[in-house]
Amino acid sequence: MTYTLIFLAILMAAVVWWLVKQTINVKPWAADSAADAVRTDGVHGLGSYVPLPNIKLGLGVFLAVVTSLFALFVSAYTIRMEYADWRPLIEPNLLWVNTGILVLSSVFLQWAWNAAKRQDRAAVKRGIIGSGICTVAFIIGQLAAWNQLSAAGHFIQSNPANGFFYLITATHALHILGGLFALGKTISRLWQHSSEMPEILLGVELCAVYWHYLLAIWLILFALMLNT
Amino acid sequence: MSDVAHDAVDFAPPAEVEEMELYHPKTWIGKYVWSQDAKVIAIQYGITAILIGLVALVLSVIMRLQLGFPHTFDFIDPANYLQFVTMHGMIMVIYLLTALFLGGFGNYLIPLMVGARDMVFPYVNMISYWVYLAAVLVLVASIFVPGGSTGAGWTLYPPQAISAGTPGIDGGIILMLISLALFIIGFTMGGLNYIVTVLQARTRGMSLMRLPLTVWGIFMATVLALLAFPALFVSAIMMLLDRLLGTSFFMPAMISLGEQTSYDGGSPLLFQHLFWFFGHPEVYIVALPAFGIVSDLLSTHARKAIFGYRMMVWAIVAIGALSFVVWAHHMYVSGMNPYFGFFFATTTLIIAVPTAIKVYNWVLTLWRGNIRLNVPMLFAIGFIFTFINGGLTGLFLGNVTIDLPLSDTYFVVAHFHMVMAVSPILVVFGAIYHWYPKITGRMLNDTLGKIHFWITFLGTYAIYFPMHYLGFEGLPRRYFSYGDTEFMSASSQDLNAAITIAAIIVAFAQIFFLINLFTSYFRGKLAGPNPWEATTLEWQTADTPPKHGNFGEELPVVYRWAYDYSVPNADLDYIPQNVSPSDLKKPTAAQQGEIEN
Repeated sequence: MTYTLIFLAILMAAVVWWLVKQTINVKPWAADSAADAVRTDGVHGLGSYVPLPNIKLGLGVFLAVVTSLFALFVSAYTIRMEYADWRPLIEPNLLWVNTGILVLSSVFLQWAWNAAKRQDRAAVKRGIIGSGICTVAFIIGQLAAWNQLSAAGHFIQSNPANGFFYLITATHALHILGGLFALGKTISRLWQHSSEMPEILLGVELCAVYWHYLLAIWLILFALMLNT
Repeated sequence: MSDVAHDAVDFAPPAEVEEMELYHPKTWIGKYVWSQDAKVIAIQYGITAILIGLVALVLSVIMRLQLGFPHTFDFIDPANYLQFVTMHGMIMVIYLLTALFLGGFGNYLIPLMVGARDMVFPYVNMISYWVYLAAVLVLVASIFVPGGSTGAGWTLYPPQAISAGTPGIDGGIILMLISLALFIIGFTMGGLNYIVTVLQARTRGMSLMRLPLTVWGIFMATVLALLAFPALFVSAIMMLLDRLLGTSFFMPAMISLGEQTSYDGGSPLLFQHLFWFFGHPEVYIVALPAFGIVSDLLSTHARKAIFGYRMMVWAIVAIGALSFVVWAHHMYVSGMNPYFGFFFATTTLIIAVPTAIKVYNWVLTLWRGNIRLNVPMLFAIGFIFTFINGGLTGLFLGNVTIDLPLSDTYFVVAHFHMVMAVSPILVVFGAIYHWYPKITGRMLNDTLGKIHFWITFLGTYAIYFPMHYLGFEGLPRRYFSYGDTEFMSASSQDLNAAITIAAIIVAFAQIFFLINLFTSYFRGKLAGPNPWEATTLEWQTADTPPKHGNFGEELPVVYRWAYDYSVPNADLDYIPQNVSPSDLKKPTAAQQGEIEN
């Protein structure tokens, strides 16, 4: 559970730090005092205050939940690895190619995000389509890797390491598929002429953050699987 | 007290809370079935949770019948006794308490108390309920599949949970695990809403330190749930794969019914770690909303500011953080390294510190308060007694050396029922008596409420207090019948019969509550907007019950915390959160001097 605890400790430290900032020196019993300023997260130049879109915070909270999920998988995997009868995992080399493709899809999305900031609609389209294609290729690549493994006689029930491999890659792929759904919505919005640029920027930004995040998770998982 | 700015200028921070665009349904179905209004969703959650909770209540009575009068009832055999135990525990902890506190009270109270029109993602909120309902239906379906529901105990420990000989290993355990996974998915959608709404949708002036403690409790419980439920999700999925695809995550190589199983190399201990990594925070997922709600009930009905508000908030946060590092105290008998046990015993005892702070503060809130002993207050005070009782036995069980002999006896059953079953349920009742007037516009009947309270409160003591003695005798839990066991004194069977009679009386007393809920809806006394003379925003709405959008044309502006009761020199003994200081009569200089002294 070490990894999960490290993650939780970092998260809790962040929450506590934020709370201290929000609550220290506040006199809740005082009616109508400077406590009102806290509402604006400590920003006193109220004119420049731009509230965080709800959906961005929502994604942030969701990513915390997903982190907890994968941290628990990693914890379970490492706990299991320490037992004497652990048999190491054979990773298909295809995973290296897939990793490259996933990096590429993240790069494409970053490109689209930058383009959206510049209001360059055509470039956003190119970037987001490129990313979509790479992501689909990644999923197909993962399936191919599964095929290679099972063709070599490594099935999900063969040994615990294989079980973890299939389970973790499947969970990761499901999160990617969920992201593809959001990406599809952004794409359809991009082709509707009525949709405004700020709306598209937000969509692209959320997708890009999610993609980078899943890439990071994948790199950690992949490193873990290589390390047997 | 000189800092109390009673004559401060009428300052309102800029309107950074945007008016929210609400979805306005046109049909009856859109309003009450596929509703996106948090209040309707709350009631849907509440009714579903209470109905499934009644099933669990009936199951507990059947279990008690068997224990109190063994060999009397033919319809209870050892297999379905275990199924009843399992379903009772699982339903009560997850499908009733978690769903009711977070899905029910969370949905109803968060938007109203923070001054929002609705949850920030109403559509996701609606889906959350329907996924929860699906989880409940799958759970109910598991009772009717061949072999019946699982009888593995609510902890579902492998290997026995999916090995031959345990009831319900055909379909029951599969549906149970699917139902849990669904519940977690549904909860995550709701939980995202609660967090983002509390952080983003607070109205003008509602700083974090002006939030009622109810919101703090539900907020922190949601944080815990979002982080802890994935552990249950992971273990449910892995066990499902073990059961369906023959993987060996949790299943060791073993001989079952004389035959070598195909499993090889799984670790049952891994499951225990994952399960309790969820299971312990789960205790606080249920307890923290109860702590928050009870603080507000005590303050309102004692007409006194909550004692130590900031400490209460920090205690909630501290309990939440600590609850992640105590899980292995459920596993002392699993053969762990003694240093490991020492560590977890220490953290377990440390968590008693913030908890005790809360208890002292509740008692000090009552101290010299102008206590109104109405039904919500009775339940709130009852909670304090029961919670202290259950909490103190927790100190015993938290120590390894004392836990070892008491583990898996009725002492444990008594402890966790007192601390996380009866205590939160008393708060649930108190909260329903408290907020029912806002939800329906009518008061619940006082006499029926008092009958309900006294039978429930005293009755639960008659049930659980004697169980401590049974535990000392070494009576193991989860047993169908005890036969002629040597260490059991003859009187322990009499005690079991007495407990059963008390349990039946308490179960039937709930009929008073249900009748009250039902008849008061039609014939209760009209409540008016603020029958308890409370300060929080939900009592200041234009309509009772509040309409879609909660507040009228304009969102309220908050000028003070939620605990301005019995403020010196004020006209009334309460000042609602949305009353600005300039609207109050300014105190004279002499009175001001009095306040400062």
